[in-house]
Amino acid sequence: MTDVTMTVNGKTVSGTVEGRTLLVQFLRDSLGLTGTHVGCETSQCGACTIHMDGQSVKSCSMLAVQADGASITTIEGLSDGGELHPVQAAFREHHGLQCGFCTPGMIMAATDMIRRHPEGLDENTVREELEGNICRCTGYHNIVKAIMAASEAVNTASSRAA
Amino acid sequence: MYDVTYHRAGSVQEALDLLESADDGKFLAGGQTLIPAMKTRLAAPSDLVDLRHIAELQTISVAGKTVTIGAGTTHAKVAANSEIGSVCPALSHLAALIGDPQVRHMGTIGGSLANNDPAADYPAAMLALAATIVTSKREIAARDFFIGLFETALDEDELITAIRFEAPEKAGYGKFPNPASRYAMTGVFVVQDGETVRAAVTGAGDDGVFLCSELESALSADFSAAALDGITVPADSLMTDIHASADYRASLIVAMARRAVTMAIG
Ligand SMILES: Cc1cc2nc3c(=O)[nH]c(=O)nc-3n(C[C@H](O)[C@H](O)[C@H](O)COP(=O)(O)OP(=O)(O)OC[C@H]3O[C@@H](n4cnc5c(N)ncnc54)[C@H](O)[C@@H]3O)c2cc1C
Ligand code: FES
Ligand code: FES
Repeated sequence: MTDVTMTVNGKTVSGTVEGRTLLVQFLRDSLGLTGTHVGCETSQCGACTIHMDGQSVKSCSMLAVQADGASITTIEGLSDGGELHPVQAAFREHHGLQCGFCTPGMIMAATDMIRRHPEGLDENTVREELEGNICRCTGYHNIVKAIMAASEAVNTASSRAA
Repeated sequence: MYDVTYHRAGSVQEALDLLESADDGKFLAGGQTLIPAMKTRLAAPSDLVDLRHIAELQTISVAGKTVTIGAGTTHAKVAANSEIGSVCPALSHLAALIGDPQVRHMGTIGGSLANNDPAADYPAAMLALAATIVTSKREIAARDFFIGLFETALDEDELITAIRFEAPEKAGYGKFPNPASRYAMTGVFVVQDGETVRAAVTGAGDDGVFLCSELESALSADFSAAALDGITVPADSLMTDIHASADYRASLIVAMARRAVTMAIG
């Protein structure tokens, strides 16, 4: 067993894990952050997507000990309170979900995608960038629409702030 | 997954020492191949030596035409590096096509080369660029490095520290991704530099990445997509699996070579 300490959604957390404990298990089982989902065994579905040190990664494909000392954001930490994050709001507005199982991973992938493309996003880029996230329900159409709308909302907000 | 003991190395020397004192240890880079393999118990090392925090493995340098990339550089960093993009945009393009953004944020060039998956992208680039694989023990030419399916010239206790190559005049990469896994069902990397032409094929050979003489002789005579019209590649030593037959891969090789040359000419 190993002790790990990391920042999760802005708070310092510690725990004791086995070497083989996956980061997603630590988040869900030890910290009770069950918004991060597990949808596959093959590292392909992206339901487990979180941010580590500001970048999207699959929390099912890394060990909790690998994240020792890192800063982690999960879907629970995306908005700081009452209001939805603009990407969450856009998914609601554009009906970017049906059963919702893939949604936390989609939203974490989308926020990372928008951050890396301050110049804006076209449909083709969004579809390519969603390569690592699988949805069984929506056919992706409204997810793509939501992400393009969110990208515009985030970029407009940040250019107003500047 | 079987349990495993984790170690974090701060330097190449420390990584080598930690591996030596382990029972059945393995280096862990991005973990994008190794962790999934451990989850399915295809791999069951006693110890993991994490390389991700070793600063000396993370450097990229471009001096004139000489490009050196630290083994711990992620696919995302290779794709985004403007110096690599200006001397060898084909390599940036290749890195940007690997897997998906999440995989590219973790997976590394060293891990990809050590793993030598027959459908991985980087091996084709290394072979066509005649790159040098720099390890903790020696320097290995790419043509001596890739031995077979998932097999390389590396010893168990040998660490890749960097790769190095001379940027050629022209290079291009054409990839037909498997629609589900995104690995190459066939990928062709072409290089032209003065009189030299090399064309390396991944995803198709039944013994891993290889240089394709049919493509090379056609392109040596005339480095253009039109030079590939009517060229056929024998299917004898190509792979047949549930995704594609050897014959289909043979025709994909020519089609992807055409795309690669078109990109190289710009
Ligand atoms: C969903 C998905 C899609 C993918 N798609 C593609 C694709 O399209 N194309 C492609 O090429 N790859 C693809 N990959 C594989 C990906 O590129 C991996 O990152 C890569 O194969 C392994 O790199 P890593 O850093 O993750 O290595 P790890 O998984 O950490 O290690 C792999 C092996 O290399 C050894 N190793 C690691 N670093 C070193 C070193 N410096 N010296 C010696 N040995 C070392 C390890 O001990 C281990 O045996 C995909 C993976 C996933 C999960
Ligand atoms: S649960 Fe992580 S990719 Fe499917
Ligand atoms: S909304 Fe059901 S899996 Fe995407």
